[in-house]
Amino acid sequence: MSSIKMRISAAGDVLDVKSLIEQVMETGRLKDKATGQLIPANYIQTLTVAVNDKVAVEANLSVAVSKNPYINVKVPGKKGDKVTIAYTTNEGKTDTETMTA
Amino acid sequence: MQSNRRVFLKGSMAASAVGLAIGAGLLTPRAVMAATWPEQAYNTKGFDESLKDLFGTTGPTESKDITIKAPDIAENGAVVPVTVESAVAGTDNIAILVKGNPTPLVCNFKFDGAQPFMSTRIRMGKTDNVIGVAHAGGKLYMAEKQVKVTIGGCGG
Repeated sequence: MSSIKMRISAAGDVLDVKSLIEQVMETGRLKDKATGQLIPANYIQTLTVAVNDKVAVEANLSVAVSKNPYINVKVPGKKGDKVTIAYTTNEGKTDTETMTA
Repeated sequence: MQSNRRVFLKGSMAASAVGLAIGAGLLTPRAVMAATWPEQAYNTKGFDESLKDLFGTTGPTESKDITIKAPDIAENGAVVPVTVESAVAGTDNIAILVKGNPTPLVCNFKFDGAQPFMSTRIRMGKTDNVIGVAHAGGKLYMAEKQVKVTIGGCGG
């Protein structure tokens, strides 16, 4: 199952895309209380929102974005268009999710 | 010694992440392939340096055309909702910065046909000004909003 949840509402020729992504957004500055070791950083670095495979928003995130990031953008498109969100973490993990508006 | 080690670890981690990203990138369709992450802009501790690394320029002018929405008081610094919108014509990039965070740059959104609007949730260590910066026509415009933080969002 994808870690990306999406909700799209169409208004005219604009799609309001709201998304919640399940990701720890670990800063690399916290210590594991049990072992005393630093928890390695693990967070989303790049994220794209594409409409019908054309990228409309390219975002860069950092450790200062909250755990399980919430992202809201307004992209061009209408009902029936295909919206794809894709991300890559600092560890190189990727995930994508596509939804029809 | 300690600091050297830190730099080395950071460097090697970054290098491997880039390698992995490229490998993974080959598997995803070209159109949705993620962009490269501006390493330096996100690692620097200075506000002006972050902007310079990201946009190649600094010294944003305060503008009424930039709207920033954030709570007056955030009880939990780990989750502070922030919305930035720009009415400046030709806005192609919006960034959020918090001066007092260990690294000021929080995130930036590059728009290619999308509306210059973005909303997300960020972490703040202490009471500070949240700054929204928009890039339009080679110039930077900004708006700031103070957020009082009751419990910092950087500890655990």
